[in-house]
Amino acid sequence: MTIRSLFIPLILFLVITFLIGPFLIIVAASFSAGETLAFPPQGFSLRWIGKVFTVESFRASFGMSLFLAVGGTAAALVLGIPASYALSRYKLPGAEIVRTIVSAPIIVPGIIVGLALLRYIVVPFQVGITPALFLAHTALVLPYAVRVVSASLDNLRSDIEEAAVLLGSSRLGAFFRVVMPNIRGGILSAFILGFVTSFNQVPVSLFLSGPGVRTLPVDMIAYMEIVFDPSVAALSSLLAFLSIGIVFLAERFLGFSRYV
Amino acid sequence: MSDASYLSLRKLTLAYGDSVAVPDLDLDIRRGELIALLGPSGCGKTTTMRAIAGLLPVKSGHVRLDGADITRVPANKRAVGLVFQSYALFPHLSVYENVAFGLKLKGMRGAELDAKVQSGLKSVGLSSFANRKPAELSGGQQQRVALARSMVMEPKVLLLDEPLSNLDARLRLEMRTELQRVQKETGVTMIFVTHDQAEALALADRIVVMKSGKIEQIGSPEDIYNRPLSSFVADFVGFENIFPLVEGKLKTSGGLVDLSSQAPSAAGLAWRPRMVTLGTGPFRGTVRGTSFAGDSREYLLDTSMGPIKAEVEASLPAHAMGSDVSFNLPAEKAAPLSRFA
Repeated sequence: MTIRSLFIPLILFLVITFLIGPFLIIVAASFSAGETLAFPPQGFSLRWIGKVFTVESFRASFGMSLFLAVGGTAAALVLGIPASYALSRYKLPGAEIVRTIVSAPIIVPGIIVGLALLRYIVVPFQVGITPALFLAHTALVLPYAVRVVSASLDNLRSDIEEAAVLLGSSRLGAFFRVVMPNIRGGILSAFILGFVTSFNQVPVSLFLSGPGVRTLPVDMIAYMEIVFDPSVAALSSLLAFLSIGIVFLAERFLGFSRYV
Repeated sequence: MSDASYLSLRKLTLAYGDSVAVPDLDLDIRRGELIALLGPSGCGKTTTMRAIAGLLPVKSGHVRLDGADITRVPANKRAVGLVFQSYALFPHLSVYENVAFGLKLKGMRGAELDAKVQSGLKSVGLSSFANRKPAELSGGQQQRVALARSMVMEPKVLLLDEPLSNLDARLRLEMRTELQRVQKETGVTMIFVTHDQAEALALADRIVVMKSGKIEQIGSPEDIYNRPLSSFVADFVGFENIFPLVEGKLKTSGGLVDLSSQAPSAAGLAWRPRMVTLGTGPFRGTVRGTSFAGDSREYLLDTSMGPIKAEVEASLPAHAMGSDVSFNLPAEKAAPLSRFA
């Protein structure tokens, strides 16, 4: 065996180790019977998986995260679909600027977005914690919504709208009758991507969370600072499997990867 | 309304932003006519068609259809059908649903709707494809769905954008026959846009040749093919030797040839390569190119008038590259042009 022929398998091994390895460690740790978060796990039990469901703050923050992920993504789509439509169908002055601004939350680090929102919107305008989080998650998901919906709009011929109009439909009617049904896959994909993005979001939520109102990831960090038992690992595993399940179903039924 | 102006365009000016694509167009189309708008890309034919459909706002002038001014009537209330070049079928709907789309918007339901859709599909021979999705059909079948989808609406005018250009040669002939049949059976007024003169000649009752947003000539296929009125039309229909006349005289190296007796008021004369005779005649040229085309042989001659294209029977003796050859441009065969641009 030459060095060259070992090189590719080595790279592959390293990639898999660093991508999948930590995940496997967490999963293994969540079935530990021991009292502290440790690897290799001490014994096997389901006690920490069970404990996850008994922690009151996890339940509340899970509800909050779910609300933000569903509500924020829905809001981002309500804003993003018309925006994508306008960007793809009309030659608008400043379209590129709009595209850049809309994409900004992807490029700008979350810490900065969080700080900026806190300093310049939440504090001066006395926005409540929940509305602030909702606003932030909507803004964070918007770029994904615009990007994914734009991609499916670009694949759709615009003359079908004219065809619908000539068959008696109004312009708005044509949008709902022939555009929306044909970008349904893109919209669902955007929803799933937005949901996962929002649900896993930490830095921005960290800045905007407040007394009694936290998203699940923020709550997990707070929990770990106090209690170092494997329940956080157990919760992480549960969430990871939930995400994998959603993406798997999306790929299976929607051809998710076509749009992302 | 007179039958001669079932659809009429009056001083129609169309523009994209500030750039005028079609200035001051006048055109009258009879009920039941099959009209071709013919011209190279950018001549304004598609623009004109889109304005008739109501997809492009009119800058000034009027569109009248069946006695009513429809200039400001929105596209969805015009009763004008359009078969798009790309067919523009709704990809998420079945063939049946595509054809039913407009009828449902009209409020048609139940048995009446079904009967209408079925007869529409039957008329284009696609009854057995009702449940397919457009993506499962060939290009020719998709086009027939698009045709049926427009025709079930019983439009006053049916517009077709390059109806044959996306089809292969065999389907092209089939579709041509199909369009003529539909037109004959329903009596619908049809206007189609094309850049292909053969398509226009074969299909249309009348051809409107357009150039830079203006009408160059309107006439029957025979008129357009045999009696082009301008150098542009002559060139478009295959007259490849086109010369201006100066005071009735054709300028050559041997001086001016007086043709004023044959073409008293012509601004120019045009000959097809087939009309040029080689071997005899008052003019001389050098063979610069030659190619064999089966039944005939084509020559490119260098002459004092400029390049001349000739096409002669292949059975006649061949002329070698570089050889001097005498030729004639028979004035009696030439198409006299009233405009030379």
